[in-house]
Amino acid sequence: MALDAGLVGRSYPPSVVYEVGREKIGEFARALGDPDPVYVDPEAARAAGHPDVIAPPTFAIVLSLGAGEVVLADPEVSIDYSRVVHGEQRFVHHRPIRAGDRLVATASVEAVRSVAGNDMLTTRVDLTTEDGEPVCRTSSMLVARGTA
Amino acid sequence: MSAAVRYADVEVGTELPEQVFPVTRADLVRYAGASGDFNVIHWNERVATEVGLPGVIAHGMLTAGLAARAVTAWAGDPGALVEYSVRFSRPVVVPDDGVGAEVVVRGRVAALQEDQRVRVDLTVTSGGEKVLSLARAVVVLS
Repeated sequence: MALDAGLVGRSYPPSVVYEVGREKIGEFARALGDPDPVYVDPEAARAAGHPDVIAPPTFAIVLSLGAGEVVLADPEVSIDYSRVVHGEQRFVHHRPIRAGDRLVATASVEAVRSVAGNDMLTTRVDLTTEDGEPVCRTSSMLVARGTA
Repeated sequence: MSAAVRYADVEVGTELPEQVFPVTRADLVRYAGASGDFNVIHWNERVATEVGLPGVIAHGMLTAGLAARAVTAWAGDPGALVEYSVRFSRPVVVPDDGVGAEVVVRGRVAALQEDQRVRVDLTVTSGGEKVLSLARAVVVLS
């Protein structure tokens, strides 16, 4: 079933606050096997000019995955999640995410396309601090493979 | 918060050191927990083959995260990576054979931009096949 082009631009209510913890950042960096001390050592992070440990550049996926669920749960977004694969991913960082950040995620539909029976849905997630400072923007394109 | 690489020292064509990352089933379990992506195709061989995959595959964002490591290790400052985009063109199959898969990341400076920014284009392969396409990072150099 093709996605309705009228969905483009639809925005969803902001998420609850996500509090970024040192331990979660460290866990994510270890999962990537990344030995950079700015992810785990507050002293090393401060020496590099950051207020606290910073997150790897792809850490924002943790928040955007959760925030994007509100789009997939929209009854008017007719996408078969069982046939979905991740097609593309983009991050634009205004500054690194860091421990202590209290972030709010706002999801919106950036684009819909249908090509050769496959539906493609691009969800944008804007991450800001709860005071409104822009931190990161993510765009995730999901492909629902057609059954034809 | 500044990169170890100077803008004045790079040109279009400057190559990043090649990086090779092993990926095992244990790495997939660890990444699932850390990222919150528990899709069964990343840990269950039965389900993966039932949906037509050759076997358990790595999370696309794990591959993308490893590729980003090659960029931040070169730049010397993870905060210098300000834009990053990838297209997942082919899955990384991770066999349960005690060895796993290898992700090979190569990169080169493809464009010099304003404000000491450069665009790095990445070539990311596994088993000789390209697994990411249009993998690009914008990095602020010193």
